[in-house]
Amino acid sequence: QAAWCELPSRVLLVLTSQRGVQMYDADGSTMVFWHALDVPELPAAHSVFARGIAAAGGRFICVGTSFGAVLVFDIPPKGSNVTLSEVLEQHRDPITDIAAEQGQAPDGAGDLVTADDCGTLCLWSSGEEFTLLGKIPGSGCTCSSVALWNGIVAAGYGNGQIRLWEAGSGRIRAQLGAHARWIYALDLAPLTGKLLSAAEDSFVHVWKLSRDRDTDDIEVQHCHAECVTDTQVCGARFCDPAGDTFAVTGYDLSEILCY
Amino acid sequence: MSARTLPLLFLNLGGEMLYILDQRLRAQSIPGEKARKDEWTDVDRKRVMNDIISTMFNRKFMEELFKPQDLYSKKALRTVYDRLAHASIMRLNQASMDKLYDLMTMAFKYQVLLCPRPRDILLVTYNHLDAIKDFISDSPGILNQVDETFRRLIETYNPLSDGEFQLIRQTLLIFFQDMHIRVSIFLKDKVQNSNGRFVLPISGPVPWGTEVPGLIRIFNHKGVEVKRAEFTTAGNYVTPQREGSFELYGDRVLKLGTNMYSVTRPVETHMSGSSKNLASQAKENIAPNPLAKEELNFLARLLGGLDIQKPAGGESGFRLNLFTTDEEEEHAAQTRPEELSYKVINIEATQEPARRAELSRILGELDVAEPRPGSAGKGEDLLALMDGL
Repeated sequence: QAAWCELPSRVLLVLTSQRGVQMYDADGSTMVFWHALDVPELPAAHSVFARGIAAAGGRFICVGTSFGAVLVFDIPPKGSNVTLSEVLEQHRDPITDIAAEQGQAPDGAGDLVTADDCGTLCLWSSGEEFTLLGKIPGSGCTCSSVALWNGIVAAGYGNGQIRLWEAGSGRIRAQLGAHARWIYALDLAPLTGKLLSAAEDSFVHVWKLSRDRDTDDIEVQHCHAECVTDTQVCGARFCDPAGDTFAVTGYDLSEILCY
Repeated sequence: MSARTLPLLFLNLGGEMLYILDQRLRAQSIPGEKARKDEWTDVDRKRVMNDIISTMFNRKFMEELFKPQDLYSKKALRTVYDRLAHASIMRLNQASMDKLYDLMTMAFKYQVLLCPRPRDILLVTYNHLDAIKDFISDSPGILNQVDETFRRLIETYNPLSDGEFQLIRQTLLIFFQDMHIRVSIFLKDKVQNSNGRFVLPISGPVPWGTEVPGLIRIFNHKGVEVKRAEFTTAGNYVTPQREGSFELYGDRVLKLGTNMYSVTRPVETHMSGSSKNLASQAKENIAPNPLAKEELNFLARLLGGLDIQKPAGGESGFRLNLFTTDEEEEHAAQTRPEELSYKVINIEATQEPARRAELSRILGELDVAEPRPGSAGKGEDLLALMDGL
């Protein structure tokens, strides 16, 4: 996986693989840091890899692993003195995705969500020591992608469903029969609350999330559907914070399609 | 990437290979009494199928296969199938072998791509195994071997999670990435476009466990459903009727992995060599010793496990042609685009002393049937084979 991690002081490009985690300068010219995973001599039945990347708390970069552990790295404002600050061990299944709060979290809602192969979601509050605020148990269906906005967790699952959870209480607030196949990517546009979902069924959907601060009602509407003919969509991202444009990648596709 | 992918890759590709060989052998076979010495009969066809299947499901081979390991390179895997296809009295020219491998790989790529759930790859595998059991239904010994492997698959794979299957699926898709060989039967059935890409339908039954897209349900903070809304898309999905069976016997429901060839439908491929990606692929692995030591030992074991029947009196023996005529086969060999050539590795067992020792040791431990001296034609060779049983 590859992700830009925006911190107040710097932007790092983080890559995860079967070997571990690599962090590069924003222009890709220097490798700032490299963390190797414990890879066994001979291949074992259980795969080893790092997966799930997010910047949190203005100071940390969190990366998930196939062991279920989440590595928290403390990033200095300059230089390569990155340290492993903490290892969060609440998940028992391989981590699939991690997301940080992109809007304004209500009190007690936390600013980080981690997801795993079993569908379990953990909500955290970042800091010198991360605190587990809540856990939403999975039902066995993989949560492949997750986003967090204004205390709403948007989770995409392997059975094509999107669920919206309230981060503070851990309650389910919406269930969307969104896709007919495995959801590969979710992205959120923080200025408008637009949610992008992309799956193997060739479809990309744009949704609009909203949260009423007074009534605490959470609403979601379907805005647009796009079919990328004969393509299993593997990646989708908004290109701007308002969600006016988005880009899509797919299996066997050497192009990036922009909408 | 998943280290549990190789058995699935090997068995499914093997299954496709058997479908194709069976179809070609049937198409080219002559009724027993009328056949000349060098023509195929039903007895020959069954013999070939039995030999290949029993080699494929050889116990030692299977044990090696099921060990957690990375996927072989395309070249190394191709060499394994080359050996497998020659496990019997049948011979294939390079052009026919190339075509066979193209068909096998594109067929399985299609099946992996279209699997509704990642776990359905198992149903595809079971479909192949069900058909293989049918091919050797009157050979209880080989049937036992296949059933043993079947049970091993069930034991190893049935308990895996969706996430692990998705990883296996991704490993397979990476292996097949950028392969766009056009297959006649796919083009005719409109499952493949003229640019080589597969058609992904946006209609039909949704995977088991998925709901038909279109419904939005909103809950209040007490968990009570307060609103429903619908949205529409171009897709036209329906609910599936039932789930396929993952047991040793059962209705798999899924059609992917069943035999799509029949005697009347010829199997052709078109070479589309214009892709840029293929050109870059061909540049890799030109190193003189592309096989890693481990892979060579694995193949050596496979070689060692074979009863090497050399067709007496020269190489042609009982040749199977995957094309309609010999001229077509010749033409295909000459016009195959450079970037699509498999550059099959010829293992020079005599090159390195260490390797030679290893191979000799393995061969020495096994009985290798000596080719009967003086046998000149197919009839005598068959007799010789039967005498040796």
